[in-house]
Amino acid sequence: MSPLRDWPIKRKLTAILLLISGLVLVLTSAAFVTYQVVTFRGTIQSHLATRSRILAANSTAALAFANEADATEILAALKYDPHMVAAALYNQDGRVLATYPVAATADLIPAAPQPDGYRFQGGRLVGSTPVAQGGKRLGTLYIASDTKDVSDALRLSGVIAIVVLAIAMLAAYALAAALQGRISAPILALAETATAVSTRQDYSVRAPKLGEDELGTLTDAFNQMLVRIEDQDRELRRYATELEQRVAERTQELQERHEAVRRNAAELLAANQELDAFAYSVSHDLRAPLRSIDGFSHVLLEDYAAQLDQAGRDSLQRVRAASQRMATLIDDLLKLARVTRAEMRTEVVDLSGMARDIVAELQRATPERHVEFAIAPGLEARGDPRLLRVALDNLLRNGWKYTAKQPRPQIEFASTNVNGERAFVVRDNGAGFDMKYADKLFGVFQRLHSAAEFEGTGVGLATVRRIITRHGGRIWAEGAVDRGATFYFTL
Amino acid sequence: MDPTHEVEILLVEDNPTDIELTLRALTSRHLANQLFVCRDGAEAIDFFFGNAPNALRDIGVTPRVILLDLNLPKVDGLEVLRRLKGDERTRTIPVVVLTSSAEQPDIAAAYRLGANSYIVKPVDFEAFSRAVSDLGLYWLLVNRPPH
Repeated sequence: MSPLRDWPIKRKLTAILLLISGLVLVLTSAAFVTYQVVTFRGTIQSHLATRSRILAANSTAALAFANEADATEILAALKYDPHMVAAALYNQDGRVLATYPVAATADLIPAAPQPDGYRFQGGRLVGSTPVAQGGKRLGTLYIASDTKDVSDALRLSGVIAIVVLAIAMLAAYALAAALQGRISAPILALAETATAVSTRQDYSVRAPKLGEDELGTLTDAFNQMLVRIEDQDRELRRYATELEQRVAERTQELQERHEAVRRNAAELLAANQELDAFAYSVSHDLRAPLRSIDGFSHVLLEDYAAQLDQAGRDSLQRVRAASQRMATLIDDLLKLARVTRAEMRTEVVDLSGMARDIVAELQRATPERHVEFAIAPGLEARGDPRLLRVALDNLLRNGWKYTAKQPRPQIEFASTNVNGERAFVVRDNGAGFDMKYADKLFGVFQRLHSAAEFEGTGVGLATVRRIITRHGGRIWAEGAVDRGATFYFTL
Repeated sequence: MDPTHEVEILLVEDNPTDIELTLRALTSRHLANQLFVCRDGAEAIDFFFGNAPNALRDIGVTPRVILLDLNLPKVDGLEVLRRLKGDERTRTIPVVVLTSSAEQPDIAAAYRLGANSYIVKPVDFEAFSRAVSDLGLYWLLVNRPPH
């Protein structure tokens, strides 16, 4: 059997009610029975005392005259009371004058008179009464009665009590069973509702209210809680739906954006391929006719030299020079295009070492020139080594070119601090330029010197700027005519 | 073998000017006698692998060197190169790519396909002439082919 705390409320309530009413009934019955017994004992004691006094009064003459026969006869009247067990008359000396029954045994009659008074002794009520006349004590009357009446009464009241107890308990059980519902029903209803809520997640159910008592208040509170939970649940669901919708919208948006990016990438790829094709055709198709122009000018000069005068030969030489210059322009433009579309691979680049290599190359190519180079050691930067080499090569080559007319040419590569930012510096003491035209320095085909002064196509610095820009850096120049030029760049 | 039918240089070139200038450069060094010209890539492939009666392969000649332009009509130079170097019979013939293209991807592709040399045609005729005659001399006289 499950422990008491696991019993259903119904059973608990019924048990409590039965326990209480049982206890009350048992206590009441015990009190009733005790009262009955005490009262009855008092009653029979008083009856026996009365009877004793009557008998004692009747016995005075017999005692006074020590008449044994009379005394015996008087006592024999006791036979009409079936409860009388024994009786005896003692004279003044305490000797037994007469007994009842006549042949009473010694265990029924004490040998000497007992002190006056009544008491229950060994299942009997015994008593001694003085026999007196005119204030003079003549002897003592001893009388003993059984207590069958008392035990009968006790038995009867016991039976009554048990019957009453049984009936009362039955009635109590019936009432408890009927009335416990008043308390347990709302609790059970609450429990049922709570179970429904927790198992089905149905927050729309409500516990029925069965009264205005504390349980009613509890039910109200519970229902209010359910209302709030239902509201919150609805709100949550709404949020969830909204969130889902928003996620779906976002996903769609992202997909669209992704699609757009993909399209852009494809377009960019197409544009790059077009640029490649363009560069290819420039490289191939523009050079072939130039070669024809140059080649056949040469053929003319070789095969028809006799038919041409000096002016004609000069003209043909100019045609050849122009075609070769155009070839150089095409090559430089191609280089610029290559710089623009080349893929960047970033790593740490030793710019000092790179500058030393370029300088060595320049000196090898034109050993007759003597230029003083000052290259700061340990200059490093993060960038694409191929592109940075093209940029540095252009800048140093520029310095080399524009110091050609300088008696003591000097070129320096170093780094400096410009507004808290590290900038690399390429400085020469060559032809320099007018700061008025500083903004034209980096434009394609922009030149500040005539081809007669210094040859060049005007693509080199444009290429440098494009490389620096692709590295996220800036490039600018300072200079003055005949006082050199200084190029600064950041990476 | 009839020496008049021997082809020493096979020029694959579509531009008539370039053909003439090449011829002129080779003539100046007396190297133009056994020159055969294919004017597009398809013709070059026919020359080696085709069934045409004029396919000189039929009479058992093998050029000492092939000068191959890249930008050709019908079948481009790289494809011709791929076919030549992919075939057991023609793999050992030296192929010199002679083109206007100085593009890195072209150069890389040509060498990957097995080109023996890559020369960008100079615009300057003297330089062009020097390059062509030098390579003619080198491949015909200096270089020793397998037999």
